[in-house]
Amino acid sequence: MAFKLKQKSVLPGFNLSFGITIFYASLIVLIPLAAVFLRASGLSFSEFVAAAFSERVLASYKVTFLTAFAGAATNAFFGLILAWVLTRYRFPGHRVADALVDLPFALPTAVAGISLTAIYSKNGWVGEWLDKAFGLQVAYSELGIYVALTFIGLPFVVRTLQPVIEELEPEMEEAATTLGASRWQTLYKVVFPQLLPALLTGFSLAFSRALGEYGSVVFISGNMPMRTEITPLLIITKLHQYQYKEATAVAAVMLVASFILLLIINLLQRWAERRTK
Amino acid sequence: MQFITDTSSKDPPWLRRVLTGVALLFLGAFILLPLASVFTAALEKGVAVYTASFTEADALAALKLTLLVAAITVPANVVFGIAAAWAITKFDFKGKSLLVTLIDLPFAVSPVIAGLSFVLVFGLHGWLTPEMQTELLAPLAKIARSGADAGAVGEWFLDGIANWLEDPKIIFATPGIVLATIFVTFPFVARELIPLMNQQGRDEELAALTLGASGWQVFRRVTLPNIKWGLFYGIILANARAMGEFGAVSVVSGHIRGETNTLPLHVEILYNEYQSTAAFACASLLALLAIVTLVLKSIVEWHFNNVKRAAALNTKQKFQ
Amino acid sequence: MKTTLSNTFAGTFGKLTRHAAAAFALAAFAAAGTNNDASPLAGTAFAKDVEILNVSYDPTRELYVEYNAAFSKYWKQKTGDNVRVRQSHGGSGKQARAVIDGLRADVVTLALANDVSAIAEKARLLPKDWQTRLPLGSSPYTSTIVFLVRAGNPKNIRDWDDLTKPGVSVITPNPKTSGGAQWNYLAAWQFAREKFGGEDKAKAFVAKLYKNVPVLDSGARGSTTTFVQRGIGDIFISWENEAFLAQREFGKDKFDIVYPSISILAQPTVAVVDKNVKRNKTKDVATAYLEYLYSDEGQDIAGKNFYRPTNPKFIKKYEAQFKQLNLFTIDDKFGGWAKAFADHFADGGTFDQIYVK
Repeated sequence: MAFKLKQKSVLPGFNLSFGITIFYASLIVLIPLAAVFLRASGLSFSEFVAAAFSERVLASYKVTFLTAFAGAATNAFFGLILAWVLTRYRFPGHRVADALVDLPFALPTAVAGISLTAIYSKNGWVGEWLDKAFGLQVAYSELGIYVALTFIGLPFVVRTLQPVIEELEPEMEEAATTLGASRWQTLYKVVFPQLLPALLTGFSLAFSRALGEYGSVVFISGNMPMRTEITPLLIITKLHQYQYKEATAVAAVMLVASFILLLIINLLQRWAERRTK
Repeated sequence: MQFITDTSSKDPPWLRRVLTGVALLFLGAFILLPLASVFTAALEKGVAVYTASFTEADALAALKLTLLVAAITVPANVVFGIAAAWAITKFDFKGKSLLVTLIDLPFAVSPVIAGLSFVLVFGLHGWLTPEMQTELLAPLAKIARSGADAGAVGEWFLDGIANWLEDPKIIFATPGIVLATIFVTFPFVARELIPLMNQQGRDEELAALTLGASGWQVFRRVTLPNIKWGLFYGIILANARAMGEFGAVSVVSGHIRGETNTLPLHVEILYNEYQSTAAFACASLLALLAIVTLVLKSIVEWHFNNVKRAAALNTKQKFQ
Repeated sequence: MKTTLSNTFAGTFGKLTRHAAAAFALAAFAAAGTNNDASPLAGTAFAKDVEILNVSYDPTRELYVEYNAAFSKYWKQKTGDNVRVRQSHGGSGKQARAVIDGLRADVVTLALANDVSAIAEKARLLPKDWQTRLPLGSSPYTSTIVFLVRAGNPKNIRDWDDLTKPGVSVITPNPKTSGGAQWNYLAAWQFAREKFGGEDKAKAFVAKLYKNVPVLDSGARGSTTTFVQRGIGDIFISWENEAFLAQREFGKDKFDIVYPSISILAQPTVAVVDKNVKRNKTKDVATAYLEYLYSDEGQDIAGKNFYRPTNPKFIKKYEAQFKQLNLFTIDDKFGGWAKAFADHFADGGTFDQIYVK
């Protein structure tokens, strides 16, 4: 079957690697997620709509997707700079800075949420200043969610870009310089296109991770219904009330939405790759 | 070191300064401040209380479990990640984007749903209930038990396995925690390798094949050296996330003190019990663990750079 | 050529994978096995070592640390057996869900009767009439809901209707995710019902109260942090035992406790999980464990840990600590937990209505 599926290649190992991939993916991801969908399918259509598209749930989709997108976009921008600086430049404390990037993964999300709230609330280190200088309230508002989601997404972008920057061939840049391109032109026309696929990957990972984040957000968002209540919180709420079917219905909607988004990004990425080749 | 900075010297100094400044400012605001606040809270009551917090029996048990889970999860995902990246980047087949998206999916699934999905499969009302698990594993249990009774090699080990097989616990025990952790760290290694191997293309492998190398040789001598950085970053990320995962593990753990609490769960419980100093002490320990992995990375990196530089010098000398 | 290549590759790689997989699997089982080998199955045969698992909620940790030690001593004297009580703590509803899904608790000691009933109904692990099997509706100790205000009570908060005044900021967790917050909600409801008369007036009152809530934390501890450490809010509606704990932890001079004119009698409930003790062969010790909560020693330990004892002798002993209050029960005023839950906290209940018009 695999032979019809793929185009001819002289490289070995397709059956083995493809086999492992499919087997492992089915065992760890597909079968458990199928259980979620089947549980949700126990609802009638109108029950499903009532659970997954009520006014309050719709409001939560809006705030969740918007803040996740903003957080991922911020990370794509600063993450690109950070990855470039960490890979290409050497400065005092360079290794420490590199080490710090992984912190969002290592800190339990609850701790991250509590610390961020401490820093960005009105009596916190940064929050006090932001409040006085700009009248900005970060903790217990949409901004707080955005801060938490930016925090948890950063390593995705940086760590996806770093190995690609590491492997960039200096000859390309040298050639561009020799041909009279300014440094800026080289960066923009030669380097950036090569980084674009990885940047898109990093963005999509940060974005999808942000969509599902719960632990850190509940501490900083304030959880006000219709305003700062995120979808994962609503899922938990339904689980707490033993409404597994309704909870899985909302989860299924989130899942399908993010699957489609990821698919679009992956297609974009392949397109970007083809263009550079 | 000099070897690497060669390429960077092409960025004009003002650009370097601006970029470095922006990067560090961002890092400071979003990463360093939270870290500092964790350590401040952890050391609030002095060093003695700080160290006592994680040398306490329950904290140690949680640390042990966390390390065990990471030790199982990371290698499993390395094998999968390499296989998946090889299949996806070295071959063209239908539905490739779909497969890549499938690999991304665990990131998009709320960790709580990830945990719940295993409960729905292995729980008391799941597809494979504990009774069915006992029945399925009964033959294996008999073999293990007779092995343990006969005093075969590693008696205590077989005895432990036999005990487990006779009364298997997946959910609310170590195997469930491992499964949930594998789920959330599933994409890391593959996702690091795919863009990298895509960018590198297939030419080098094809050339090696033409020169008569075997498949395994091609992988070990050509592909592996090329992807080692990506693999490394993937391992570090997977490891950090495996040790820090909270949401998914929380659903399948059962929170039994000293047994099924991982370090992040222990942190939450301490916090909920008004022991915030101890909670932050354990959290800082997790941060330290991540930093230790990074130090290891730096050492390896330094070693490789030396080798690389030596090799470069060698070639230079040859041509001169 | 091609086949040989891929075979060698598959061969070596496959072997490696198999070895690795086997090693991981063994490690996982061995770890699980070690966790298990002190289980009652292995123990009861000769060593007379028994283990039971008590699945409880968050703020009871100190209570049960002290109580477990006392019970072990008592059980050793009585039967000669060594009993080790393993503890699991978490949000009450979450803990109930874990037991429903297969966490093998011998006894549950949860925040609300509703959570234990869920175990009886959804998983049939114990009979529906579980509450009648122990004295006082299976609640050996009780608590109530009080107000924690900033030192000196600057906003002069005396009773529930002060919480709806403009400019008063109230901290309480989300009743959808926190069991404790459901007690708060119902206490406010009952106050309004008595003072203003009628369900509609009560609903309007509660809606007005929640307009003054700037942050709905997901759990009681989160709310405590918001109030105490973030400095947000003028008054925090809290469990009585948590209010005492907050005073002890953060300083008595920082907060005052205000007792409202009427509050709710919060009854944490305990039960033996029949099907699990049958499987674990721990019925006797599990039953004795809960019964001992009603003994003099058990009641004394509860009082020491800020829970209200139910035995008159110890009510008297801790008289100074626990103020006499006008307390109502959920059974009297709301027709039991099942009904209260359906009316107020289920999807589309009154709590949802006050937020979505």
